[in-house]
Amino acid sequence: MSKVLEIKNLKAKIGDKEILKGLNLNLEEGKVHAIMGPNGAGKSTLSKAIVGHYDVEVTDGEIIYKGKNIVDEEPEERALEGIFLSFQNPVEIPGVNNAYFLRTAVNARRKHLGLPELNAAEFLREMRAKVEELGMKKELINRSLNEGFSGGEKKRNEILQMMMLQPDVVILDEIDSGLDIDALRAVSEGINKSKDGKRSFLVITHYSRILDYIKPDYIHVLKDGKIVKTAGPELVAQLEKEGYGSFEEN
Amino acid sequence: MAQEEVNKAIAGEYSLGFEIDIEQDTVPPGLNEDVIKFISAKKDEPEWMLELRLKAYRKWLEMEEPTWGKVEYEPIDYQAISYFSAPKKGPESLDEVDPKILEAYEKLGIPLEEQKQLQGIAVDAVVDSVSVKTTYTEELKKHGIIFCSISEAIRDYPELIKKYMFSVVPMTDNFFAALNSAVFTDGTFVYIPKGVRCPMELSTYFRINALNTGQFERTLIVADEGSYVSYNEGCSAPMRDENQLHAAVVELIAMKDAEIKYSTIQNWYPGDEEGKGGIYNFVTKRGICEGENSKISWTQVETGSSITWKYPSCVLKGDNSVGEFYSVAVTTLAQQADTGTKMIHLGKNTSSTIISKGISAMKGQNTYRGLVKIGANAHGARNFSECDSLLIGSECGAHTFPYLESKDNIGQVEHEATTTKISDEQLFYLRQRGINEEDAVSMIVHGFCKEVFSQLPMEYAVEARALLNLTLEGSVG
Repeated sequence: MSKVLEIKNLKAKIGDKEILKGLNLNLEEGKVHAIMGPNGAGKSTLSKAIVGHYDVEVTDGEIIYKGKNIVDEEPEERALEGIFLSFQNPVEIPGVNNAYFLRTAVNARRKHLGLPELNAAEFLREMRAKVEELGMKKELINRSLNEGFSGGEKKRNEILQMMMLQPDVVILDEIDSGLDIDALRAVSEGINKSKDGKRSFLVITHYSRILDYIKPDYIHVLKDGKIVKTAGPELVAQLEKEGYGSFEEN
Repeated sequence: MAQEEVNKAIAGEYSLGFEIDIEQDTVPPGLNEDVIKFISAKKDEPEWMLELRLKAYRKWLEMEEPTWGKVEYEPIDYQAISYFSAPKKGPESLDEVDPKILEAYEKLGIPLEEQKQLQGIAVDAVVDSVSVKTTYTEELKKHGIIFCSISEAIRDYPELIKKYMFSVVPMTDNFFAALNSAVFTDGTFVYIPKGVRCPMELSTYFRINALNTGQFERTLIVADEGSYVSYNEGCSAPMRDENQLHAAVVELIAMKDAEIKYSTIQNWYPGDEEGKGGIYNFVTKRGICEGENSKISWTQVETGSSITWKYPSCVLKGDNSVGEFYSVAVTTLAQQADTGTKMIHLGKNTSSTIISKGISAMKGQNTYRGLVKIGANAHGARNFSECDSLLIGSECGAHTFPYLESKDNIGQVEHEATTTKISDEQLFYLRQRGINEEDAVSMIVHGFCKEVFSQLPMEYAVEARALLNLTLEGSVG
């Protein structure tokens, strides 16, 4: 099995507080990994550490992506290399046209990969098709980025970006929070369609509900800044029954 | 006017102690009645204009420089300024021009021919812009539109000038307006006859003409009943000037059913990081919606000058008249801007809109100051104001002073104000999508200014966007 992302003994803090305390995790190519754990265990901190968020200071350990330690790389470098984060709460950016923003991002990535940039017509054709797939309202394309979007529309917009940017590693941070059942289904379908045997997913979630829609290959339990258990999808049932309490560091 | 007549006119003044040689190109520093007489004579002005200038000068002597603006600068020595100088001879070729300026031209996409003209380099006798200019002058004439320098207008259209000059901005309106009234040397006059829709953006093709203007400009635009005109002032090219003090006056008059759209891009030299050497820009701009259903719209993009003090205003006198003010003011380096508008509602069902966007970076200080005044008879008046400030970095500042005076309690006034620091979360979001930091900042700032830029004529909007990028270059991070 080829490892696309290897996290070794990662220690990280937010402010003065140490959140990740020597975390180890391997992400396999083409697989869906779910990270589950109680509130405050460090789930969001882990996703932030991988994408280089300014809140998180990595104090020790390595994040090896495609064979290279990326701990000191700028967020945009990691993104261009193919790491995508679907934000838990996507920020609103007034006055910035959604389609314009996404075309800029897509072309930045294409340029990085040595591909020709998409012109406006090519881009719009592709974007419209994806918008339809996701059951998104068409007018959202020409609105300001996330401005005045409902919770469900914001999450659909995240998945739209993911589908357009074609990343290699997709981190979904609480993708199901604030979604009604229809939105959840649409978003999950979008994600499932993006599985191509190469792309890896890291699904970060507090609840098991999303895992009925996006079938994980592995479940990792994150507790107190460390992965305390890794198992197959059968672990979900046990977690639902017993909660996180029974998992002690092993 | 023949030289003989000039001499005669001057000779007439001689007994009053007129001692400056008219042959001179420049008067020595200082301001007195002789200097004003010199300027008036240089401009071949009729006697009545000189009288008005002298009256303004005498009033100015009794006035005091305003100190209420939130701007700090060294006191101005008005006797150390030269109030008339002929245009300086430009360099021989672009090779002699500061490479930094050429680099800015490049980034702003200014054509080579225009670069030469900006630098005052003599160009070939027949260049495109000249023939274009001639063509358009003919076109304007056909519609009965008057578009000329203010000096020409004083000589050729004295009745219009006597009627309208000082009618919106009285010569004693404020200290700087009075100074301008006494010593103005350049500027533009526009008259659009009844029912005529001006067929082009004025000054898009003529701006080269206006480039030698500067220190004390005076502009007067009259739109007669049912007419329309869009006037553009300034351009994005960085403008240097040896004269540190600028005090312009602009008056607009819109008759019944007329509309005037006035757009400005101001990019005078802003000075250095310490604020040294920049232009002091003290401007009085005001329009009156004289007739019913008339409309005046001010749009400004202010990125230059070390001090900006300006409040383009509308007096909404005609019933159902409309006033608009759209502004982007950028202060970076050590620039200070105190700008905003006054909307004076006098007529019934008058409405006004104020959209002000202030951007501060480095040590820039940006102040919005606005007045909405609703008169006793302005039943049904409405105003909407939105004043937003964006801060880039931690050494800059934004301030908002909205004033409201209402004598009518049926009027409807809405005011919204926000101050946002350019958000780390927004920046991070864009960077996580692979957009580099500089482009991300630019994207956020352009989004912030969008409502205002969308008001500019298209070519002008393109210039404004390029200018904004150039201005904020290096102020991030």
